[in-house]
Amino acid sequence: MTSGHTTAVAAHGDNYLNHSKGIKSWLFTLDHKRIGVMYLFTVLSFFLLGGIFALLIRLELWGPGRNIMDAGTYNKFFTYHGAIMVFLVVIPLIPAAMGNFFIPMMLGAKDVAFPRLNLASYYIFVIGAVFALCALFFRGADTGWTFYTPYSIRTSTTVILVVGGAFIAGFSSILTGLNMIVTIHKLRAPGLSWTRLPLFVWAIYATSIIQVLATPVLAITLVLLICERLFQIGIFDPKLGGDAVLFQHFFWFYSHPAVYIMILPAMGIISEVMPVFSRKPIFGYKAIAYASFGIALIAFIVWGHHMFVSGQSELANFVFSLLTMFVAIPTGVKVFSWVATMYKGSIRFNVPMLYALGFLELFTIGGLTGVFLGTLAIDVHLTATYFIVAHFHYVMVGGTMMAFLAGLHYWFPKMSGRMYPEKQAVWAFICIIIGFNLTFFPQFILGAEGMPRRYWAYLPEFTNLNRLSTIGSWFLAVGFGWTAVYLWKSMFKGPKASANPWEGNTLEWQTPSPPPFENFTETPIVTMWPYEYRASKNYPMTTPVQGSGKGVQ
Amino acid sequence: MFFNEAYAGNGLPIQGTDVAVMWDSLYNFLLWLSVFFFILVVGGMIYLAVRYRKREGDKSKYITGNHLIEAIWTIVPTILLLGIFAWGYQVYSKMVHAPSDAMEIRVIGKQWLWQFQYEDGKSTIGELYVPINKPVKLIMSSEDVLHSFFIPNFRVKQDVVPGMYSSVWFEAKVPGQHQVFCTEYCGFSHSGMLAKVIVLQPDEWAAWKKGKSVAGGIGTVGVSGTQGGAPLAAESLPAQGKKLTEAKGCVACHSDDGSTKIGPTYKGLFGSKVELQDGSTVVADENYIRESIMKPQAKVVKGFNPVMPTFQGLVSESEMNAIVAYIKSLK
Amino acid sequence: MSDVHTAVAGEHTRHHAHHFESAEAEFDACKQGMWIFLVTEVLMIGGLFVGYTLFRGMNHDAFHEAHKMLNVKLGATNTVVLITSSVTMLLGVTSAQRGQRSKSMKYLIMTFLLACCFLVVKYFEYSAKFHHGLLPGGNFTNEELTNPRSSLFFSFYFLMTGVHAFHVVVGMGLMAWLMKRTANKDFGPDYYTPVELVGFYWHFVDLVWIYLFPLLYLVG
Repeated sequence: MTSGHTTAVAAHGDNYLNHSKGIKSWLFTLDHKRIGVMYLFTVLSFFLLGGIFALLIRLELWGPGRNIMDAGTYNKFFTYHGAIMVFLVVIPLIPAAMGNFFIPMMLGAKDVAFPRLNLASYYIFVIGAVFALCALFFRGADTGWTFYTPYSIRTSTTVILVVGGAFIAGFSSILTGLNMIVTIHKLRAPGLSWTRLPLFVWAIYATSIIQVLATPVLAITLVLLICERLFQIGIFDPKLGGDAVLFQHFFWFYSHPAVYIMILPAMGIISEVMPVFSRKPIFGYKAIAYASFGIALIAFIVWGHHMFVSGQSELANFVFSLLTMFVAIPTGVKVFSWVATMYKGSIRFNVPMLYALGFLELFTIGGLTGVFLGTLAIDVHLTATYFIVAHFHYVMVGGTMMAFLAGLHYWFPKMSGRMYPEKQAVWAFICIIIGFNLTFFPQFILGAEGMPRRYWAYLPEFTNLNRLSTIGSWFLAVGFGWTAVYLWKSMFKGPKASANPWEGNTLEWQTPSPPPFENFTETPIVTMWPYEYRASKNYPMTTPVQGSGKGVQ
Repeated sequence: MFFNEAYAGNGLPIQGTDVAVMWDSLYNFLLWLSVFFFILVVGGMIYLAVRYRKREGDKSKYITGNHLIEAIWTIVPTILLLGIFAWGYQVYSKMVHAPSDAMEIRVIGKQWLWQFQYEDGKSTIGELYVPINKPVKLIMSSEDVLHSFFIPNFRVKQDVVPGMYSSVWFEAKVPGQHQVFCTEYCGFSHSGMLAKVIVLQPDEWAAWKKGKSVAGGIGTVGVSGTQGGAPLAAESLPAQGKKLTEAKGCVACHSDDGSTKIGPTYKGLFGSKVELQDGSTVVADENYIRESIMKPQAKVVKGFNPVMPTFQGLVSESEMNAIVAYIKSLK
Repeated sequence: MSDVHTAVAGEHTRHHAHHFESAEAEFDACKQGMWIFLVTEVLMIGGLFVGYTLFRGMNHDAFHEAHKMLNVKLGATNTVVLITSSVTMLLGVTSAQRGQRSKSMKYLIMTFLLACCFLVVKYFEYSAKFHHGLLPGGNFTNEELTNPRSSLFFSFYFLMTGVHAFHVVVGMGLMAWLMKRTANKDFGPDYYTPVELVGFYWHFVDLVWIYLFPLLYLVG
């Protein structure tokens, strides 16, 4: 990719892509933009791998009995799909790839606070991924991505490799979070006060706090699990007097906040895209920023809602269900604010905006079904069925992937210096949105009817809805594949992009596309908040003030 | 069948219990509330998108927020959510609190089958026979890994955790077969770990108890009473437990008549409050007795020495159930 | 964690990295980064403390009986050794700040040796436990302890002291690296960030031990 890239954009003059040449200049780069791009390509290749497993799972579920693989293989495949998608794709996708590229730029900084640490995080991530994927060449892993004990202690598969990989990748997540927090604290351009931060920055900040606080607990949990397998230490294994449910507490203490690591950055992107394409200020800037923190805070005290039927006490269930309800409030505030942003705007339907609208549709369904699952009695019937599967795919894929695609199309001109083909992108979007709903909506009904998740074979009654879902998965595959192809092509051959094709206000648009080596030729001075949008005019954050620095501060 | 004629178009299984009826009203309420909010948000979004699309003149209004409307969309959902929570908790407590007169059946989950032990000593695999209109409480344990006992028609589910007892109850209102799934991933044949609840009319139930096969039953496992293929003595569960306490040497230290030997007596133990060495008290329930056998040092009764060896690995789940049933019978 | 330091150090020798506006800003950023890193450490080790507390509550007698097998004298010795090493580290940092290079070097070496001393004592403790079969879980062969849950105490003992010892080893590596850079005359009154940050880290490692010692050796 490097050589093609560099030759293609050479005409733009000096930029981060052609600043230095050769494969080494990428592998050892300290430039946050190049590291961001490397993350992007790495994570997307894992997305491809996880997606292939998803397609194979759906093919196996075409009919009630055996279709293309046996139960053992199926169990491994859903484990790979889950582990790859969670640990190697959705968690790093936006914070590590987009965050790395755009947070310093949005702050008006030359780089992140610790560039070497940043590169180290990338390689730690790669090592963790390689470690986990090694399992594929041994006896695999068949525990599901949740590694519940005591099955994960008993199974003869190579669970340790996958668990070890998740452990290593966890450190990458911690260090990236740390880097982002310090960068946001210390490297803001002059005039860029906290209340002038773009909401994407707020979202990444909240995400980073979760990464830093929650991931260490996962790390120690996974260490305990590995020790349990290697030395039979007796902490999680009931046969040795341990407590199998304790693992679930430890695991979800991390993994529930991790869910918000996945969705908060996505919300950040939507908060950027909505005002730009509605040509209006974001509605309720402070409410959205605080809501990010509300969600991050509540994230730490609701883990027990994954365990309503695990045998934890009734009191615990009462408290966790009550607390879970409060997640819906800041989430609702955000959704309403995004919709209200469109009111009396002058809306442009470019592809990023289409994806943002797609996000709103899918995330609303994901969020509302979340209320079902937070309600104690309702969860008892629905948990561990396809209803859960549908719910979290609506949030993680419908939410995070839609927002990612919105962000990818929004920032593609900045990252590559070229435009994507609008018409093809619209058709691919339609394909994805139809495919997504077709794949996952039937799963709500399957779950309500009682079909359990992680089932290799199912009762014949469930056949029709499963078939719909499998057909949908191919629409999705075509949509994603198509997107990959046209983006790849336009990276080299697309029409040249101007510095600010969407007339955005944030700082990353106030520098050429693609950006020069150290982002800005001179340090920007911020005078405005980011959302000073009008229909036909925009006021970049660096606009010299003549008395009307309106909006928030 | 799993979906009989009663399976309506609302995407839910049949209502096999009163709890299922309550559950369905809450579910339907949430469903319609969600439809309302979906139309509000997505319908609103589509309306705004069309209404305020870029048009001639290209104008937009400068609005940064509105405290009133923001307060409304914070407060109204809060109230709604608290209401939903309360309703959910109310149905949940109905789900988890079994009536005290519930008939007890022991359930053992193992990779990958369900075994049921009845009070009269019968044992079945894959088929749970229960009488109609009688509350039934399942006391469940696992031989190996986590399982979860799920009856969609009754809207109940509970994890079965190795090393402890968990329970679930229902009062079946619809005769016939009801599907049971294992819903906690448990390895290779997780999706094959199925069973059926067979709900019998009073006369069928009486016949079944006498050892006759019944119309609802299928296959060979019906009433013959098997455990791992070997027929069990046709003795009640407490009687089996009594024999086990003799065979395993429990009676050397524990009496069944109220006299104190090296250890406390079994008589009147179940359901009583036990004072422990550290001064605290616990209620002697199934999990307490289980723990006292598997981890005797965990809760030592006041006035006794911690000398009992552990029986971890020496008592199978079905034996444990019999012993607990025996102790329970000594009121 | 060593990444923090290499990252910090590699970027500049005496002058600050170009993406910071001043050396002071960079020092602040590095300090903040280190603090956040230590917070993650607290949370990680906190997981073990929570587990220990839970299981101690459930197996009070077993843990009480088992903790008597630990050698309080050796544990106390190690506590003194580590506290002393914290003092020498502090002196090392202040002398580096004042530009007293040889003094700083001397204190770093002392700290390093004290850390060695800690590990040697730990080695004797561990080998005694191995000898008596006081090992986690399946490898537990000791016959003096009758309570079957005793092995669990040693699972926690080895895990917690093991994780701590790993941090000590990492700390020693960092000190060796500091000594090399001190010898290269990299530090002075205008630039001593790595020394200060390793100091933070080392105090943290000591602090963890100060919690571990009473928890495992005294209270049980």
